Amino acid sequence: MKGFIKKIEQINFGLMSPEDIRAMSVVTVETPDTYEDDGFPIEKGLMDPRLGVIDPSLVCRTCGFRGGDCQGHFGSIELARPVIHIGFGDVIHKILRSTCNECGRVLLSQDQIDDFTQQIREAMDNKESLNAILKEVYRVAKRELKTLPEDDEEIDPKHCCPHCGAPQEAISLDKPVTIRQGDYKLTASEVRERLERISDEDSFVLGVNPEVARPEWLVLTVLPVPPVTVRPSITLDTGERSEDDLTHKLVDILRINQRLLENMEAGAPQLIVEDLWELLQYHVTTYFDNEASGVPPARHRSGRPLKTLTQRLKGKEGRFRSNLSGKRVNFSARTVISPDPNISINEVGVPEMIAKEVTVPVYVNEWNIEEMKQYIKNGPEQHPGANYVIRTDGRKIRVRGDETKELILEQLEPGFIIERHLKDGDMVLFNRQPSLHRMSMMAHEVRVLPYKTFRLNLCVCPPYNADFDGDEMNMHVFQTDESRAEAKSLMRVQEHILSPRFGGPIIGAIHDHISGAYLLTRDGVEFTEEQALQIIRKSHLKLPELKAGQWVLKQDPDFDEDSYIFKEKGEMWTGKELFSLLLPNDLNLSYSAEISKCPVVYPEEDATVVIKNGILVQGVIDESAYGSFSGKILDKIVKEYGPGRAKEFLDRSTDLAICGIMKTGITTSLNDEEIPEEAQDRINEHLDKKMAEVDKLVESYEEGYLQALPGRSLEETLEMKIMQVLGEARDMSGSIAENYLTMGKQYPEDSYDHVMAVENHSVVMARTGARASMLNLTQITACVGQQAVRGGRIERGYLNRTLPHFKKGELGAKAKGFVHSSYKSGLDPIEFFFHAMGGREGLVDTAIRTAQSGYMQRRLVNALQDLQVKSSGLVTDNQGNVIQTMFGEDGVDPAKSDFGKAANLDKLISEIRMESGMEGK
Amino acid sequence: MEDIIIKVKDTIAQLNEEEKLDIDFPDSYIEDLAKAYIKNDLTDDELTELIRKLKQAYDRAHVEAGEAVGTVAAQSVGEPGTQMTMRTFHYAGVTELNVTLGLPRLIEIVDARKEIATPTMDIYFDEERRNDEEFVRTLANQIGKSTINDILSDFNLNYGTMEVEAVLDNKKIEEKRLDREKINAAIEKAFKKVDINGDEIVISSSKDSKSDSKFVIRELRLLADKVRDLQISGIKGIGKVIIRRDDEWIIHTEGSNLKEILDMEGIDHVRTTTNNIHEIGEVLGIEAARQSIINEAQNTLSEQGLSVDVRHIMLVADIMTSEGVVKSIGRHGISGEKSSVLARAAFEETGKHLLRASIRGEVDDLTGIIENIIIGQPIPLGTGSVGVKMDYKNE
Repeated sequence: MKGFIKKIEQINFGLMSPEDIRAMSVVTVETPDTYEDDGFPIEKGLMDPRLGVIDPSLVCRTCGFRGGDCQGHFGSIELARPVIHIGFGDVIHKILRSTCNECGRVLLSQDQIDDFTQQIREAMDNKESLNAILKEVYRVAKRELKTLPEDDEEIDPKHCCPHCGAPQEAISLDKPVTIRQGDYKLTASEVRERLERISDEDSFVLGVNPEVARPEWLVLTVLPVPPVTVRPSITLDTGERSEDDLTHKLVDILRINQRLLENMEAGAPQLIVEDLWELLQYHVTTYFDNEASGVPPARHRSGRPLKTLTQRLKGKEGRFRSNLSGKRVNFSARTVISPDPNISINEVGVPEMIAKEVTVPVYVNEWNIEEMKQYIKNGPEQHPGANYVIRTDGRKIRVRGDETKELILEQLEPGFIIERHLKDGDMVLFNRQPSLHRMSMMAHEVRVLPYKTFRLNLCVCPPYNADFDGDEMNMHVFQTDESRAEAKSLMRVQEHILSPRFGGPIIGAIHDHISGAYLLTRDGVEFTEEQALQIIRKSHLKLPELKAGQWVLKQDPDFDEDSYIFKEKGEMWTGKELFSLLLPNDLNLSYSAEISKCPVVYPEEDATVVIKNGILVQGVIDESAYGSFSGKILDKIVKEYGPGRAKEFLDRSTDLAICGIMKTGITTSLNDEEIPEEAQDRINEHLDKKMAEVDKLVESYEEGYLQALPGRSLEETLEMKIMQVLGEARDMSGSIAENYLTMGKQYPEDSYDHVMAVENHSVVMARTGARASMLNLTQITACVGQQAVRGGRIERGYLNRTLPHFKKGELGAKAKGFVHSSYKSGLDPIEFFFHAMGGREGLVDTAIRTAQSGYMQRRLVNALQDLQVKSSGLVTDNQGNVIQTMFGEDGVDPAKSDFGKAANLDKLISEIRMESGMEGK
Repeated sequence: MEDIIIKVKDTIAQLNEEEKLDIDFPDSYIEDLAKAYIKNDLTDDELTELIRKLKQAYDRAHVEAGEAVGTVAAQSVGEPGTQMTMRTFHYAGVTELNVTLGLPRLIEIVDARKEIATPTMDIYFDEERRNDEEFVRTLANQIGKSTINDILSDFNLNYGTMEVEAVLDNKKIEEKRLDREKINAAIEKAFKKVDINGDEIVISSSKDSKSDSKFVIRELRLLADKVRDLQISGIKGIGKVIIRRDDEWIIHTEGSNLKEILDMEGIDHVRTTTNNIHEIGEVLGIEAARQSIINEAQNTLSEQGLSVDVRHIMLVADIMTSEGVVKSIGRHGISGEKSSVLARAAFEETGKHLLRASIRGEVDDLTGIIENIIIGQPIPLGTGSVGVKMDYKNE
C-alpha cells in the first residue's frame, strides 16, 4: 500500500463520561507534588513517569517508547466533591430552568417535545445551526414563579410542570457557576443529581445529544490530567526546574482536593467543607479558563496571570490560529531586501549563505548521478554542494568530513535522495508580509549572488508593496516535484502581471525606470552609432545586422515594410528608434502620455503616443506606457502576446531605461524648486488678495450679513467658504509656480543641450509619473496651504483659540492653520506647529487604518474562502450551497479580462477592420 | 436599439446553426454588441466577425473550474482597504450633507449594520414633475423636518403669567409651504393649555404655577424648549433636506425612510434610493438589497479612486444575501453559521464553539479550507480539488 494517502473523513465531537476518563487514565494522581528532592518524579504525582516522558533518554512506562516518540498518556484526579465545568455554567442553568425540579422532565408538553425533536433532527441532518431552535426551546420551557405559593394558594398552571403538576420556582445563574433556586444555593452535587434524572429523550430536546453526552457529565466528578508532554517543565540555566502553568494549577487542585477529602473524612463542620468545596470549584474553574468573567484570575507568584486551557486555545496566539491554521516551516529563509535592476523580474537574488543552508531534495538516477557526486564532493561548505543524503532505507546522513563523503560516494546509487544546495534556476516562493493578496506570494527563479540580502527587480515592488528602507522578505523552497510544478505554472511572477482585482497590470515600471525611458525617448535625443550599439548591447537586445552598409534594426518578413527600420552607417539614432526595438512587430497603439497632463508640452506631438507596426512613431514613454497599475503598452503586450513576452519586455525595458538615464544622468536639488522673484511676488500678491477675501468673509459673518447655506448653520457656512477660498489660494499660488517649473524646452527658441542638460529633473519626475507630484513641488516652492485636523481647519488648542498668539475667537486664515510659507522658504513657528498637528493626524490615521482594514480582510477571507467554481460553472460553498449560478453573471475571470470586460469591442472592431483592410490590398 | 438587439441575437443564432459555435452570451454582452454596432456603423459581415472574435475572447476569459473565487474576491475587496482614508466625513457631491465614506463606510457595508452612521436618500421625481420647482419644494417641506422654531417671528417667556408666547411668521410658513391648520393641530395635540389666537400662540405651563415656586422658572424654560422643538411636519427618520437642481430637481435627505417616501405622489420609484441596505432589503426585497450592497461598495471604492472589479463585489454581496436575509460578514453572520466546528473555532470564540460542539455531538465533515489546513490535508480547492487515479488495466 505504498503511496496510499490516509485521509481523515470526519471529526466527531462529544463529551467524555467519568467512566471514559477513568478508562483512559493510566494513573490516579493523588500527590500534589512533582519531583522528589533527588529529582525523580513522585509516583502518583503530577509528573508520574506513566504519564509519558519528554527526555529522549528515558523510556515511557506505559507505552515503552522513548521520549519524543511517546505522545503521552492521560491520568486522572478523583474529585472529592463534584464541581461544575465553567464552560457549561450557562448550559446547566438553562437545562435546570427548563426541567421540572420534582420529576426531572422537560417543561414542555409531549407534542412540543415531539415537534422540537423533529426540528432538531432535521437541522442536524441538514447541517444547520441549532442555535435558533434551542433558544426557542429554552424560551418556551422557561417556567418561573417568583415565590413558591402557600399550600392552599391556587397556582397558575403555566408555572407548573406539564407532566407532574409541581410548581416551578425560578432558577437563577449567579455568574459564573453558582446556581440558585429561589434563595437556596444548589450545590454541585444537587445539580448533578437533577441532571441525572433527565431522560435521554428530554436531554435531546435540551440540546444535549445523548449519543455523545449526558447532562450530568457537565458536572465533573473526575478530572483528566493531561500528559506531561502537554505541560513540559523547563530546566533553567541555573538548574532550577520551572513547571508549566497547567502543572501549577493541577497542584493547586490536588492540594485542595486532598484537604477537602481529609476534612470530610474527619467529619469537619459543614461550613468548612463548603468553603473548601468552593475553593476547589475556583481552582477547577481557573484551570479550564483563567479569564472567565466574575472569577479573579489565578496568578503566578510574580503576579502574571496563569495561561490555562482556554487561553492556550483561543486568540491570535492560541493553538488554533497560531499553530493549526498557520505553521512554522523548514526550508525557509528571511533577510533584508535590496534592489537589483540587472536580474529578471521573475528572479530573486539569494545570498550564498542562504543557498547553502536551505536545500532541495533530489532523487538520484542514472542521468544525474555524476552531478550529484560532484555536489557531495563539494559538501556543505562549498556552494553547489549537498548537506544531507537519504539512503534507500530511509536513513539520513549528514555530509561532512572527507570520510563520510567518500563513504556516501561509494554507496551512492539511484534511489538515494540528495539534499543539495539551492542553485541558479531553482523555483522558490517569495513573500512579503502583510500578504494582502495573492501577488504577495510569487514563485521566483533563484540567482545565487554574493552578499547577504535578497535581491529583487524593481518592477515587482508594487505587488509586494516593498521598498528598501529595511524591509525583509521570506523565501520558501519547494520540497516536492508536485509543488514545484504547480508553482511554476500558477505562481510565477509573469503569471501575475495582471491583477485579478481590476484586470490591469500591477507589475510594472516605477521611479527611475519611468523617468529613464522619458529621457531616452523624448524629442531630440540622439545617439551616435557607437553609443547606440553600446546601449543595445547593454540592454541584452539582439544586435542589429550590418547589411550592405546599413544597420537593419527591424525587418521581419512577416510584416509590412512600415515596420522596417534601416540605419545608414554613421547616421544618428534616436531614442525612439531604440525603444522600438523592444516592441513586437505588429503592435499598433495610440494613447495620451502621462505628460499630456502638462499645460505645455514641447513638442506637442510628444504628448500623444503613436505606435505603428512596432515602431514608436511619436510620443514619449512614461508612466502611461508601462507603469504599474496604468501601463498601456505593457497591458497590451500581456494580453496579446502573453506573460512570457511581457516579462521579456519589462526586463529589456528596465535595461534600456537604465541606459537612457545613464546617458543623460538624472539629478535633483533644491535648485529645481527655484522660481524667479517676480513669481514669488505674484504669489505673495495673490495670497494677500485671498487673505483679504477671508477677512471680508469673517467681517460679513461678524456683522451678521453672511447668508447661511441651506441646511447649514452660519458658522458651518463660514468655515466652508473660508476653506474654499484658502483652497483656491493654495491652488492659484501652486499654478503660478507651475508656470515656472517646466521640464525644460517649452518653445522652439528655448535653448538647451538635448543630451546633457535637462532644465528641471524634479519636474521631469513629477510629470512623467516617476515619483512625487506637482503638488509636492509647489508646496516646496510656493505655498504649503491649509493644515487640516479632522477634515476641517484647526480648532483645538486653547479656549476659543488655537494658540495664545491669537485673539480669542479669531477666525482668520493664519489663526486656524493656513501655512503661507513654502517648505523652501521655511515655516514660522506657528505654521510649523500647525503642520505638525496635521502630520500627527496622518500618522495616527495610518496606524488605525491598518488595524481596521486588516480585521475586515480577515473576516472577508474567512467568510468567502470556501467558495469554489464547480466544473458546471456554479459557484458553491463547501456544503454545496449555490452562491452564484455563474461567477460574476458572465463567468469571466477578472484576471483574464480586459479591465473587467471579456474583450474590448472597440479593439476587436479596429482589429477586424485592419485585417480586412490588409486583405483588400 | 431594440431591433438591433434582435438583429444581433439573430446573427448569433445563425452562427450557432451554421457553424455549431455554441454561443451563449449574457444579455449585457448582446447589448454591448448592439451599442458597438451602432457606434461603429458595422456591416453585417463585420458583426459576424466581431461575434466570432468575442466568442473566442469570452471562452479564453472564462473562470477555470476549481478556482478559489472567494479568496480572490475577499483579497480584492480587502487589499484596497489599506490604501483608503480614514476620514469619516467627506462631502460626496452635495456639499451640504455629510456622508460616511472610505474605510469606515466599507466596514459598515460588510458588517451589514442595522444602524448606519449617516443614512441619506436621493429622491427623484417622475417625468411630469421633475422640472416642477413648486411641487418639489412643497414635497421637500413635507419630507424634511420642520419645528416651530423654523417659523417663529417672535418668541417670549412671560415669567409673570408663566406662559410661553410665540408669534408665528406667516411668510416663513408660506415659504415652507406648510398648512396652518396642521400646525395648529400639532400644537394643540402636544400641549394641554394652549391658546391660539391667529398668529399668536400662548402656551401655559401645565403644572399649577403656584405649587412649587422653586422649580417653576426652570419648568417654564423647559417648556419653551419643548415648544421650539415641536415637530410640525416631516417624515419620521428624516432630518434636513437639500434641494438641488442638476438636469432636474433632486432632493437629498439626511436620514432615510424609503417606505414612506415611495408611497408619496410624484416620486420616481425606480431611481429614488437610500444608502441603508437593510431598509432596501425590507422594502424592496433581497435582490434589491444585493444590488444595493454592490452599488454602495462600488461607489465607496471608486470614490477613493480604487478600481475593483464588480464581480468580486458581487460575490461578497451574493454570499451576504444568499439565504434571503442580509447577513453580516463576521462572527454574527456568515462565519458564525458555518457548519464546520473547526472553521468556527479557528475564526473567533474558540472555546464557545468547541464546548457547544461537544454537548451537541456535532460532526465536522472537513469539507472546508481551514479544517483541512488544521488537520494537515490538501485543501479541496484549485489544484487540490482534483485527484489522479491510475488505471492499472492499461499498462
